Amino acid sequence: MRIVVAVKYVPDINAERKFADCRVVRDPAEGTLNELDENALEAALQIVEALPEGEQESAEVVAVTVSPPEGDVALRKAFQMGVHRGVRVSDDALAGSDYFGTTAALAAAVRHLEAEGPVDLVVTGMAALDGLGSVVPALLAAELGRPSLTFAKTVAVAGGALEITRETDEATETLTAPLPAVLSVADTANRPRFPNFKLIMAARSKAIEELSSADLGLDPAVVGAAGARTETTAAAPRPEKPEVELVQDKGEGGKALAEYLIRNELV
Amino acid sequence: MTNRTVLVLLDPADEVRSSVLELLTIGRALGRVEAVTLEAPSVEALAQLGAHGVETVHQAELPAELRGDARHLSAVVAEVLAAAVRRTDADVLLAPSTFAAKEAVALAGRALGAGVIIDAAGVAEDDEGRIVGTKRVFAGAWDTSSRVTTDVAVLTVRANAVVPQPAEAAVATEVEGFAVEVGAALPTVTSRTEKERDADRPTLEEAAIVVAGGRGTEGDFGPVQDFADALGAAVGASRDAVFEGWFDRYVGQTGVTVAPRLYVGAGISGAPHHRGGMQASQVIVAVNNDPEAPIFEICDFAVVGDLADVLPQAAEVIRAHKAAR
Ligand SMILES: Cc1cc2nc3c(=O)[nH]c(=O)nc-3n(C[C@H](O)[C@H](O)[C@H](O)COP(=O)(O)OP(=O)(O)OC[C@H]3O[C@@H](n4cnc5c(N)ncnc54)[C@H](O)[C@@H]3O)c2cc1C
Repeated sequence: MRIVVAVKYVPDINAERKFADCRVVRDPAEGTLNELDENALEAALQIVEALPEGEQESAEVVAVTVSPPEGDVALRKAFQMGVHRGVRVSDDALAGSDYFGTTAALAAAVRHLEAEGPVDLVVTGMAALDGLGSVVPALLAAELGRPSLTFAKTVAVAGGALEITRETDEATETLTAPLPAVLSVADTANRPRFPNFKLIMAARSKAIEELSSADLGLDPAVVGAAGARTETTAAAPRPEKPEVELVQDKGEGGKALAEYLIRNELV
Repeated sequence: MTNRTVLVLLDPADEVRSSVLELLTIGRALGRVEAVTLEAPSVEALAQLGAHGVETVHQAELPAELRGDARHLSAVVAEVLAAAVRRTDADVLLAPSTFAAKEAVALAGRALGAGVIIDAAGVAEDDEGRIVGTKRVFAGAWDTSSRVTTDVAVLTVRANAVVPQPAEAAVATEVEGFAVEVGAALPTVTSRTEKERDADRPTLEEAAIVVAGGRGTEGDFGPVQDFADALGAAVGASRDAVFEGWFDRYVGQTGVTVAPRLYVGAGISGAPHHRGGMQASQVIVAVNNDPEAPIFEICDFAVVGDLADVLPQAAEVIRAHKAAR
């Protein structure tokens, strides 16, 4: 069993996030592994741990990120959780990629790993907390020509097939597909493990494998700003809200709330 | 460019939800609107589409094996959308910002070589006639504009982007069938149970008013639901409240993103993940017994107090006000 987990390096949700020249400013000190990718890593590790004895030893979980070198922070975190290998795809030509450019780079990295041996499963989080598009997993599946099973709430791999359950806006569904497949994992799927001391120590000495777009045979015309089909033309911070009107409840708080709503024609 | 064709996804087709009416309103400002469905629209839906200026509904005819539960797979919906755009020579494809529609739209954009904008809060055209989508990002702290540089533009639009307006004159609506082949690798849908829609309350995604409860309810959503009903609001929760099993749907970055006219958070601290899903609301109100609660930073109005006291009292005053009107 070989599993590739696509992970993203994102600005910390608690840090001040901003734009300059229509690009997201990335302060390396404030970046982190996208929290929702921890659910993806957890799912991958659990799949391996559920394998029959004998298959576990040969199993491999590879974390892959498309990011500038700062993104190593995300791969280190993945190592601490227990993945075997970390691959970073970095290239100036990738800056400014849209959904399709990012997908092309991730798909090329998966194919690169496939040249070494089959990749049974590609796992992602349900969204990246910076962009929140939630579309890269489905695009990646299409690019790789594999079935896409997204937003999984429960995950099971048995007999060469993947089965998930999920809650969509409209329905509760069970989906199955033979491997190889692409899986995205909802934040409700599991509780990501805390790294233990042994893994934290081991993560320090693990080497990150670096690949460029040339190594992956990526066409520069389809990635980065050159290949993007959308361009950000303006970015402005929202005006600050006026100071909050704070009422201390001394028995009339509910009345004050209702009156505020009535006064502002919200009732 | 007024001879533009704008295609709007109508799925399901038994009713035209307010999110779709918004898309039709946005679409009419950009050109001529047509709709695409995966099933026969109901009589009511057709009447509403006519009132909103839709002359043609393109109804996909799928291969027999995909007419059941599999037709809801985003890869199937995507092939329908791509085929409909090709067939109508549409310039713009619009869909609501549900998780399923986002995937379908992105996959259609892939098939069409079109630029995709997800979660637009507004759609317009620039001086050169290119489609521009505006977005609220970083938990509602920034506004961005993105221009689609391809000839076909594909977007999902968040609910409450515009107030739906019918067309100046109603039109007669015709349904045209078209065959769709699906080549994508698909999973098998082994079971599918549709969720019951609460007939008495608006849906969380589309509601003009949302009342959400958090850990501060201590498991009793009664006051939250009663207050919501007094306002005619949808009910939501924080993720923690859902993980506790107190309610079924939560607002936030990984739950439902809402941007109503009014959002009320009761017993919710205002964590960044929660804010990301509601900070674009027009008016934000909170009830929290901690005077230091972070949610107050983004509120217009707030009561420091116990929600179990404040909400019932507010509901009573609102009901009395409504009855006197
Ligand atoms: C990857 C990830 C994604 C997440 N996504 C989401 C998401 O989409 N949506 C989401 O909501 N959360 C999300 N979370 C969780 C989020 O970080 C917070 O933990 C959660 O929102 C807190 O819920 P809460 O406000 O109900 O609880 P708390 O933070 O515990 O706040 C409870 C509040 O209630 C107040 N209170 C207590 N008693 C009363 C009373 N009697 N009357 C009035 N007030 C009272 C307290 O003062 C406190 O402010 C996510 C977390 C992670 C890690």
